[in-house]
Amino acid sequence: MQFGLTETQQMLKNSAREFFPAECPPAETRRLMETATAYDERLWQKMAEQGWTGIIFAEEFGGLGLGLVEMAVALEEMGRALVPGPYLSTVLLAGSALDAAADSAQKLKYLAPICRGHFRATVALLEESASWDPAAVALNATASPAGFKLSGRKLFVPDAAIADFIIVAARLTSGLGLLIVDPKSTGVTITPMQAIDATRKLYEVVLDQAPATMLATGDRARSALERALDVATAGLAAEMTGGMQRVLEITVEYAKTRKQFGKPIGQFQAVQHHCADMLLFTESSRSAAYYAAWALSQGTPDGAAAVSVAKSYASDAYREVGNRGIQVHGGMGFTWENDLHLYYRRAKASEIAFGDAAYHHERIARLVIDRARAAATTM
Amino acid sequence: MDLNLSPKEQEFRDELRAWLAENIPKDWKTRSSADESMQERFEYLRAWQRKVYDAGWAGISWPKEYGGRGATLLEQVIFTEEMARAGAPPLPGVLGLALVGPTLIAFGNEAQKNRYLTKILSGEEIWCQGFSEPNAGSDLASLRTEAKPDGDHFIVNGQKVWTSYGWASDWCELVVRTDPSSAKHKGLTVLLVDMHSPGVEVRPLRQMTGETEFNELFFKDVRVPAANVVGQVNDGWNVALGTLMYERATLGAGLQITFKRQFDRLVELSHVIERNGRPAAKDPVIRQKLAQCYSEIEIMRLNQMRAISRVSQSGVPGPEGSIQKIFWSELNQRMQQVAMELLGPYGQLAKGSRQALDDGQWAYSFLRARGNTIEAGTSEIQRNIVGHFVLGLPKSY
Repeated sequence: MQFGLTETQQMLKNSAREFFPAECPPAETRRLMETATAYDERLWQKMAEQGWTGIIFAEEFGGLGLGLVEMAVALEEMGRALVPGPYLSTVLLAGSALDAAADSAQKLKYLAPICRGHFRATVALLEESASWDPAAVALNATASPAGFKLSGRKLFVPDAAIADFIIVAARLTSGLGLLIVDPKSTGVTITPMQAIDATRKLYEVVLDQAPATMLATGDRARSALERALDVATAGLAAEMTGGMQRVLEITVEYAKTRKQFGKPIGQFQAVQHHCADMLLFTESSRSAAYYAAWALSQGTPDGAAAVSVAKSYASDAYREVGNRGIQVHGGMGFTWENDLHLYYRRAKASEIAFGDAAYHHERIARLVIDRARAAATTM
Repeated sequence: MDLNLSPKEQEFRDELRAWLAENIPKDWKTRSSADESMQERFEYLRAWQRKVYDAGWAGISWPKEYGGRGATLLEQVIFTEEMARAGAPPLPGVLGLALVGPTLIAFGNEAQKNRYLTKILSGEEIWCQGFSEPNAGSDLASLRTEAKPDGDHFIVNGQKVWTSYGWASDWCELVVRTDPSSAKHKGLTVLLVDMHSPGVEVRPLRQMTGETEFNELFFKDVRVPAANVVGQVNDGWNVALGTLMYERATLGAGLQITFKRQFDRLVELSHVIERNGRPAAKDPVIRQKLAQCYSEIEIMRLNQMRAISRVSQSGVPGPEGSIQKIFWSELNQRMQQVAMELLGPYGQLAKGSRQALDDGQWAYSFLRARGNTIEAGTSEIQRNIVGHFVLGLPKSY
């Protein structure tokens, strides 16, 4: 048993730790968040050259063929550097859905260009019910002689405006379906939804008899979507850990240098204890996120629960780390100029994405409490 | 990163499981502590430790030459976990096994290791820790129990408090002041004191749970051979810190399993206890709270695994143990409160009450958990340690 990175994983971490802050310093994050899409082609191509866009996919499709722990390593460093753009939606969501549901020809057509950095993509899941549960999908898909047509409205779709294709979760008469839509086709209208985290854009996607290609239906669609959500959620938990790590570093640095009453404020226990709690939240999130990635990669029976443990914990922890970090900074922490609010916004958006703590606690309850057999004894 | 047990670790675990299944005394599960004195119970547990030792399961990670098994720290943790998982009787020499022994292995001389270690493992000699004093709790280094040199002996005078198992102990790892003139951390020494020496008095201290797990110790002109100094005279602070770090690093392993067993029992009970006309397991508030307990117990396990992996590489526990201590102590307090909410009016019933669930363990655990954020270093002291020693913030005192 060894709960630490291998030498290769550590090298990957070191290289990501160098790459992301160099290619995407805070000034670049700020520049991108003011743009319409928060997407930078140059940065994306550099990430693709490093292999990040194909990290978990098979080499035959142009990926690196690495595991989910390596993915977590990369995401932790992206979260630390607050990298904007469509990585989560393209690689983790759309990529994993394709990886689980697509046949070889479809993988060559859709997944390989993702690995090579040629395509951006996303998954459209949420509707007006705003439920992360695939069972809540209601958007209508109909079969016609000319192929499938989709009609309805998807909300909170990440990075839709820069996607080369969108995987849409829809309801068929036979059950759940995953269909691929070209955003440039007729009947597709994409409108921005202004939200709290400007580094990751969300969109409304209205489909009106939009033509679609079938990716998977029924159980295959459901399990592919669940897999994509699990992978993305575990990855997001790792990314959140990286964000917490950076907020902690910035805050401890500030507490050492900022003086009041003639002393560094970090000498006061009230401030020290905030920082100690921030470390506890960060380290605990890290343990849970890496375990979730490992459990998913191994296919352990507790994989789904491990993902929910990681996400429920990180959801509350990242927000709380942000709370404490801003509090320790005092008035400076409340300014636009200070970078903390960028992390705080990301924390809130990440907390919501793929379900908050309450959502994942209920999921744990279904996995753990409902499956436990009622005691034979009575009171 | 590979969280699977190696074939060797797995073999160790399976062998241990089989041994425990075979050897846990048959009367243990039904034995009620209400029917016997503390001393009777202690001797029963001591016989159990002897059995564990004779079968080669004591001191898993201790060197073979002192009666240990010479295995890894992870195997030590597996041992602790399996004991808890099997619901085995606790080992009464726990302070010697978990704290004094590792301290002697790290800081003791050859003669001390030969003299004490094997008897700690077998349970022949029981140890306690004399650290805190009435006026030296969190500010441990301000302790005043003094030891004056007298030829090849020290003469010890003073008082200690919160000493677990003091009444049952043969020996005490005692921190004393040997140089009153130097700065407070500098003049301390760790002595091994025979509790049967003239001048040692042990008084029970009743806790809010009603038990007398702790004692006060009084030392009046107690003669201790100079050969019983651990490490160097006036270097006791480092030795004591070593012990405290072992305390924080190792306490968690068995506790995690104990918490998990309690959690599993709560889940079981949630299916039979009614709330608002349906099983509590269907109540959304209870579901949220139980799920949060599950998450936190899991994270405690994972933090522990990471800490063990780190210690296995570096060899010694570090100040990160403070994070674990904060985490498990606060988690247990939250979980005991959830248990109380789930059990409703039944939660308050104590041992001996005919209607009590699980022999009144929940009322007891609720009260006992209150001590968790105080014992082995308060949460405030742990946060100071994290702030200064881990994050590098300036010392606050």
